[in-house]
Amino acid sequence: MRPERISERGAALRARLVKAKLTLPEPEHRVPLGLAEADACLQGGLARGALHEVIAEGGHETAATGFAAALAFRMARVKPVLWIRQDFAAAEWGEIAATGLLELGLDPDRLLLLRVAQAADVLRAGADALACGALGAVVLEIVGTPKALDFVASQRLMLAAARAGVPAFLLRFQASVQAGVVETRWHIRSARSAPGAETWGGPRFDATLARNRHGRTGRFLMQWRCDDGVFSVPPNFGAVAAPAFDRPAAAKRA
Amino acid sequence: MVVDKVDNALRLTAVDRAASAVGLSVDMTLADARARVPGLVAKPADAEADRALLERIADWCDRYTPFVACHPPRALLLDITGGADLFGGEMALLSEVRARLAQQGFAVRGAIAGGTAAARALARYADGAIAPPGEDEAFVVALPVEALETEPATWSAFRRAGLKTVGQVAGRRRGELAARFGADLVFALDRILGRAETPLSPRLPVPSYRTEHRFAEPILTEELVLATLRDLASRLGKIMETHGEGARRLEAAFFRSDGAVRRIVVDMGAPTRTPAIVERLLREKLSALTGPLDPGFGYDVIRLAALKAERVTQGPHAEREVGVLVDRLAARFGGAHLVTFRPNDTHRPEAAAVAVPAQGAGSSTLEWTRIRGDGEAPRRPLRMFARPEPVEVIAEVPEGPPVQFRWRRALHAVAFAEGPERIAMEWWQGADGEPTRDYFRVEDSEGRRFWLYRSGLYARETTTPQWFMHGVFA
Repeated sequence: MRPERISERGAALRARLVKAKLTLPEPEHRVPLGLAEADACLQGGLARGALHEVIAEGGHETAATGFAAALAFRMARVKPVLWIRQDFAAAEWGEIAATGLLELGLDPDRLLLLRVAQAADVLRAGADALACGALGAVVLEIVGTPKALDFVASQRLMLAAARAGVPAFLLRFQASVQAGVVETRWHIRSARSAPGAETWGGPRFDATLARNRHGRTGRFLMQWRCDDGVFSVPPNFGAVAAPAFDRPAAAKRA
Repeated sequence: MVVDKVDNALRLTAVDRAASAVGLSVDMTLADARARVPGLVAKPADAEADRALLERIADWCDRYTPFVACHPPRALLLDITGGADLFGGEMALLSEVRARLAQQGFAVRGAIAGGTAAARALARYADGAIAPPGEDEAFVVALPVEALETEPATWSAFRRAGLKTVGQVAGRRRGELAARFGADLVFALDRILGRAETPLSPRLPVPSYRTEHRFAEPILTEELVLATLRDLASRLGKIMETHGEGARRLEAAFFRSDGAVRRIVVDMGAPTRTPAIVERLLREKLSALTGPLDPGFGYDVIRLAALKAERVTQGPHAEREVGVLVDRLAARFGGAHLVTFRPNDTHRPEAAAVAVPAQGAGSSTLEWTRIRGDGEAPRRPLRMFARPEPVEVIAEVPEGPPVQFRWRRALHAVAFAEGPERIAMEWWQGADGEPTRDYFRVEDSEGRRFWLYRSGLYARETTTPQWFMHGVFA
């Protein structure tokens, strides 16, 4: 396709995006994570009708899976979550386990898992599914940095999410950051348990909010509380305190 | 002409026009035939190929009616009840079928009658006959006794008794015939006279609802095909609506003018008849085909049929909406690729959840059972490997937890370990002889949590326990 056509379509999409965003109802549309510090950056919580990107640091793919699953199921409330994954991801990092979701306090009955071969299929199915307002959330699991995931593709997802008011999560493994329209971008790795802890708590994440269209960025240490379905500051936080810092959105993109 | 081994002698089983012109006929031995016509060409019979050819012709005939039955070796029965008007009447229909089959190089005989036995008999002995409704008997009485579906010995017996036609046999008393030739003959007689009927058994499932478009000029373009499907979907929807039903399985059949037929089947989780939804599903299916539709020289018939229909029950709106999406994704990617999970009553961790196709998945009778206690960390990993992967483990004592392990060539130092959780393989589940597993949750120096197990109880089941990676926690 010729470059001017791409930018034309991009401009048209952007215009529609702006229109769609304006019609969104304000109050319902942000879901707090439970971690005050992060929620402050997010102006109250994660935007519902938007595209969020969760990028796994190398070797921390399952942590990123857990983070995305926790967010998706929390935001979906009682509605189904459509999880679209590439066959390669399941072979390399394991299949999503219903029993694992249950143990995290997430309802496996609400999971719809679509297994496809190509990243392009994931994107296509995702854009299609986002038109269905009855879904609670859509997770698109993509390996690498495929051609199909270009600027226009992310804009299309963002637009579809905004229109239906359904959150979309782009869960990426072995990915390099690309230009694209996302509401937030997170880099996720596991965080260590506090030394000498008596019992294991819920999963801990070292989460970097690297891009935030509507607020500050930051880095947070958070723990998923399986029983309550929220994130919180891990106990014994002082022992492994990671410095929280703010960066303007532009800094990370360079 | 074709020969086959019958009663230990090679006999003719089929003769072409040229052969019958020189006096050869079916059932003659090959030796006799050779004596009459030196240098004649005989081909061995191939029943399998004949049947396959008949099936192909039947496929082609499907364009006239979905009720087609095969009667090997060489008969096809088409139920055209109520359908002949589409072709300008029975006469026109019969001559079209005959003409188009003849064009393809077949020798055709055909007839139309109220009963299947009468139709077959007329086709064989009165090619081209059309018996008006209720007049089968008047047409068949003149046929020779060989038209009766019975033993050749019975035909000879009739001939010896001076009974030459079906009508003459029918004139005898039933009791007499039954006593002499058995009840089967009486039944055969009743069938041919149209007094008894054996139902036609169609070779393909007969649709509950169907609608079709016939084109005088075969259509070629995708736009026309899609427009036709749209129109058929809306017509089918209306028909089903009057019956309060919706389709669970749809078939779109594309009949090419050269005889090839392509069928596309779409399944639905709930009865569906909304034209827009049906059309969308068909489009999804068409665009996902690995071998796309090849119109050749065009389609002359396109049919949309509901192979399975059910009463429409109105579920909650949101549920229906998700159902529509599920159908669409299943049409595009295949029903087996969109799954949901159901709990399973087993200790084997890999079998504790079963993936079932989301389409039409009913609700489960079992409940999910959480294993961790309140406030505890998950005891089952979020991602699980279909095949546990071998791991090299260093443990302080053979039955203790790992201190270090190497997985996929990377060395992990264990910071925390918790276990073992002992899981015995269930012999009644077919895992007889599979060793007991001791599972450990371990956290490495980077905070990643893994689910490892040692296969075999040390000293009791094995002296060199193997370790495996079964999954990774969030």
